[in-house]
Amino acid sequence: MIYIQQIAFVLVLVIAAWFLIRRIKHIRASIRLGKDADLSDNSSERWKTMLLVAFGQKKMFKRIIPAFLHLLIYVGFIVINIEVLEFVLDGLSGNHRLFAPFLGDVYPVLMNLFEFLAVAVLFSCVIFLIRRNILRVPRFTSREMTSWPKLDANLILVIEILLMFAILTMNAADQLLQVRDPEHYTATGHLFFSGLLMPFLDGMSDSGLVIMERTMWWFHIVGILGFAVYITYSKHLHIFMAFPNTYYSNLIPKGQMKNMDVVTNEVNMMLGIQSEAPSQNPEEIGRFGARDVNDLTWKHIMGAFACTECGRCTAECPANQTGKLLSPRKIMMDTRDRAEEVQKSISSGGKGLDDGKSLLGDYITKEELFACTSCNACVEACPVNINPLEIILEMRRYVAMEESGTPASWNAMFQNIETNFAPWKFPTTDRFKWADKLNQESE
Amino acid sequence: MSDMNSKPVPTMAEMSAAGKSPEILFWVGCAGSFDDRYKNVTQAFVSILNKVNISFAVLGPEESCTGDPARRAGNEFLFQMQAVSNIQVLNGYNVKKIVTACPHCFNTIKNEYPALGGEYEVIHHSTFLQQLIDDGKVVLKGGGEFKGKKITYHDSCFLGRANNIYEAPRKVLEALDAELIEMKRCRTRGFCCGAGGAQMFKDAEKGNKEVNIDRTEEALETGASTVAVACPFCMTMMSDGVKNKEKENEVKVLDLAELIARDL
Repeated sequence: MIYIQQIAFVLVLVIAAWFLIRRIKHIRASIRLGKDADLSDNSSERWKTMLLVAFGQKKMFKRIIPAFLHLLIYVGFIVINIEVLEFVLDGLSGNHRLFAPFLGDVYPVLMNLFEFLAVAVLFSCVIFLIRRNILRVPRFTSREMTSWPKLDANLILVIEILLMFAILTMNAADQLLQVRDPEHYTATGHLFFSGLLMPFLDGMSDSGLVIMERTMWWFHIVGILGFAVYITYSKHLHIFMAFPNTYYSNLIPKGQMKNMDVVTNEVNMMLGIQSEAPSQNPEEIGRFGARDVNDLTWKHIMGAFACTECGRCTAECPANQTGKLLSPRKIMMDTRDRAEEVQKSISSGGKGLDDGKSLLGDYITKEELFACTSCNACVEACPVNINPLEIILEMRRYVAMEESGTPASWNAMFQNIETNFAPWKFPTTDRFKWADKLNQESE
Repeated sequence: MSDMNSKPVPTMAEMSAAGKSPEILFWVGCAGSFDDRYKNVTQAFVSILNKVNISFAVLGPEESCTGDPARRAGNEFLFQMQAVSNIQVLNGYNVKKIVTACPHCFNTIKNEYPALGGEYEVIHHSTFLQQLIDDGKVVLKGGGEFKGKKITYHDSCFLGRANNIYEAPRKVLEALDAELIEMKRCRTRGFCCGAGGAQMFKDAEKGNKEVNIDRTEEALETGASTVAVACPFCMTMMSDGVKNKEKENEVKVLDLAELIARDL
């Protein structure tokens, strides 16, 4: 009987691992659709940023209520995983509460801590469900939050509630069995929170309790493994991607746009300037700017996978807040959807990038791109340092340089700069007129 | 007028011809050169420079758009054409230190010109004015025009979030002895005026409100009689907003340089 459980457990682990590895490969390949970008510099600064922003949740605390509730779930997730380790070892070895004899008096303390965190997670998830579905916090209901993103968010919260409930019920049944069958059930000492559930189970028969305890154990561990696979399809992937994404944060000032060196070569040629490094490597000039995900860098796509659709970016975006179509969150969601679509097609031998679709046009419209004021509010707001602005500006580069598709007023501005060296239509001879009065007065 | 300077507004060409090299180059910017309202800011800043005897020069007719709006609108070619030729002029005069009143020029020259061979110490006029105050070079007359008056400061995105300059403009305002009232969305959460990213040069996309109206309403809610700005685009957007709300008689939109120059 025990062996059957162990074999079943190993089988479950192997199946979960198979699915997980397949998904991880898919996500990795999706990210690598992007162009190369060297972000290997400055590792100490990068570690620091990751520790502060991802591990330390620094940017979450701009909004104190969700930050606190999120912190409870975050700490709960990290700490309860220690218990999951015991679950896995128990499952493999056919033991029950493997750690209890080794930890002695510490074990009940730990168990009580886990239970406290389980209750805290439960509490936070319930409040989050209320915020999403009853209070309807605006950033959770805006346009791009269509049926799947909304369902995804609610599923995550419900699954977490069920998982925590399973731990507590299991411990309640377990505590009752410790009294009835002390030989097989290692004493844990009194566990406060699951103790509150004991009266509800007290009327059950011994075998009923055994089944209840086992069911909850299996539900919890299968649930966690299933959830791990689910996460790879979900916005919840941020629990892993936040770490590499913050490690590879932009370390330059937010106002700085990266130089296009291909353009510099051409400009220098046009102006007759010898470039320091003569084109020893006449690398193929690709597309200017970004039309599809492969024109973005891997870092941009990584950002899309790190996005948990919290909408802080969109809630701070001046264009979005004044009713324009642009939503920085949608830029990230579209980028992920397109990257996954292309990669899925490639993996199944399909047309991939040549499927007749592209990020620009089929997902993101020019109207959205043109509405951006490049104010960096979205970049500042993101709790995991995602940069939607860079994607917007890369796509504007494509529109301007490959399509000449910029609005007429911008084209007029370009022409003014070309002919008058100012964005307005003033003659260059007027440029210094502001000083005339001052200089005349002194004469 | 500075003893160093023969004229109130000397050019680099004149300085260079006379064998002199000024301490700073004042980069005026297109708005500062052409925009009727912002020319006043340019003149105010020049009057401060002359008052405190700083040797400076401008490029005058040799100045040209930094290329910022072209780059943000996606036209990298045009940006780099502007940048490379500006850098040739600046390097030709061996310029080391640049001060500008425009956060867009500031951001571009400071952060984006180095990749194209233009490396300078670039200072925004808010920081520069703060340094003058800290060094005791600018001493405001006690009980000046703004003493005890309510002033609110509108953060420029290209100074604030783009370059982390939040305190210098506020320090300058503190020197006025005015009562600084913050808007709810300030500093890192400062709400854009709506003009950045080349929006200044086209109509806004379809929406339910103009960005500058949203921001102006917030500024007016503070009850301040002065909205202080540190950017030519913010100046235009906030002034238009105040006019739209028909408050131009009660509420003035003024640049930091104008506020300081008035009390000097």
